[in-house]
Amino acid sequence: MLTAKDVTAGYSAPVITDVSLTVAPGQTVGLAGPSGSGKSTLARVLALLHKPFAGTVEIDGETVTGFRFQARQRTKIGVLFQQPRLSVDPRFTLRRAIAEPLKDQDRVGELADLVMLTDDLLGRRPHEVSDGQLQRACLARALALDPRYLICDEMTTMLDASTTAALVGVIRAYQERTGAGVLAISHDATLLNRWADETVRL
Amino acid sequence: MVNLEIDRVSVRFALKGATVQAVNDVSLRIRPGECVALVGESGCGKTVLASALLGFLPGNAETSGSARLGDVDLLAATDHELATTVRGRKIGLIPQSPASHLTPVRTARSQLEETAKVLGGDAGKAAERAGLLPEHLDRYPHELSGGMAQRVANALALVGNPPLLIADEPTTGLDRDLVDGLLDEFRRLVDDGHAVLLITHDLAAAHRVADRIAVMYAGRIVEVGPAHEVLDRAKHPYARGLANALPERDFLPIPGQPPLLTDLPAGCAFAPRCEQATAICEDRPVLTDDPHAVACHRPC
Ligand SMILES: Nc1ncnc2c1ncn2[C@@H]1O[C@H](COP(=O)(O)OP(=O)(O)OP(=O)(O)O)[C@@H](O)[C@H]1O
Ligand code: SF4
Ligand SMILES: [Mg+2]
Repeated sequence: MLTAKDVTAGYSAPVITDVSLTVAPGQTVGLAGPSGSGKSTLARVLALLHKPFAGTVEIDGETVTGFRFQARQRTKIGVLFQQPRLSVDPRFTLRRAIAEPLKDQDRVGELADLVMLTDDLLGRRPHEVSDGQLQRACLARALALDPRYLICDEMTTMLDASTTAALVGVIRAYQERTGAGVLAISHDATLLNRWADETVRL
Repeated sequence: MVNLEIDRVSVRFALKGATVQAVNDVSLRIRPGECVALVGESGCGKTVLASALLGFLPGNAETSGSARLGDVDLLAATDHELATTVRGRKIGLIPQSPASHLTPVRTARSQLEETAKVLGGDAGKAAERAGLLPEHLDRYPHELSGGMAQRVANALALVGNPPLLIADEPTTGLDRDLVDGLLDEFRRLVDDGHAVLLITHDLAAAHRVADRIAVMYAGRIVEVGPAHEVLDRAKHPYARGLANALPERDFLPIPGQPPLLTDLPAGCAFAPRCEQATAICEDRPVLTDDPHAVACHRPC
């Protein structure tokens, strides 16, 4: 299980207070809430990218001790953000971006197939592809280390209906194969109804 | 106020050893008092078309055709002309991924006030109409949530009161209430005689606010017509698949992938994914010339 227990977190002031949430293996939990309610902050805490003021994060029974760069357990968690452009080094080709967490590029082809990125696109840099194409690369990168949990923060807001359905399909197939748990954050209630097993509101 | 007349516009990008045909022979008219939504799969060329209209294409781009706004041909105008008379004044652009367009070292307020000063608008009013609170304005871009950054971009585009607004995915990251607020604002603008080109993935938003919807595939407009007809009685197999992929409908992707824009087939670009394709589809279908137009040999 991926668990947030009584988490209070924010920047100068807290934006979320005493929030608890659990994602079980194989499960998809939706997280909804108005703009600015702290969904992305909670996502960053659960992804071990942001240290909370108070509260704990547990991954499969182990309490997380380090946040940000020293986070040892971080490879267990894959993350996808709303703005793929802000999360890929603009100098990298998509091939290199996908390979970033890997030791070599051996598995890039397999990962690219998974998200339906063609060879021609793998050789391009972020400014030469659309946001949707870049988000596919980010999904491939997020799955590169076989995470136990995947956190999708507004992953589909950049995507058309067909690409959204396709990427949700990719994630579901990954969950079926690996038993991974997913936290799906979205403003789109209709999407969460269809995608998540249950939805929590912030 | 004047029409925007996009006439046979194509945009190509030269890459090492290949040409990307990002926009192909697109014609579209947008009248004052009309909102047209441009929808289509990721990478189909929507943003490139918008960038072409504002002279924001990168150096490796080549355009043909014309895009007239009154007596200006936007594709032929110099950068100086676009900068001093068009951008922000005649055409307001709400760019895609607004967070990456804001200046990181300045607060939202200082960016908005400067733009207002240059264009002669009212920063406070524009901020309020975009749903921004005064405390949001004192933040730096990295302190804004995705939805707040979007509202700052919306305020920047509207502060000069341009007759034509081009909004590229303006609802990204906004919750339903803010989306509704923004769409209501677009509708008010349109009812006041403004023209709006709404580029969006959000078919529900397109349905709510647009008078007409144009569906783009592989750089071409394959269907254009009244909003409800295009969504509920799509004629093009691609448009039908897109509408059916919605989570409230089938939530199934259209099988296959869009073609490489470096290697477009001579005939219908949708043929490899189309259940209805036959031999005639090896000839490129042309867009019909009626109020609900379609480019397909065997429409649904
Ligand atoms: N500078 C460039 N050089 C080469 N190809 C480019 C360049 N910019 C964009 N492209 C290509 O042009 C096509 C259209 O991209 P565009 O950004 O317009 O898509 P879009 O329809 O807006 O997609 P999305 O819905 O994901 O935002 C894509 O195939 C993209 O890879
Ligand atoms: S022209 Fe042919 S291949 Fe293209 S969409 Fe129509 S039926 Fe399908
Ligand atoms: Mg785009």
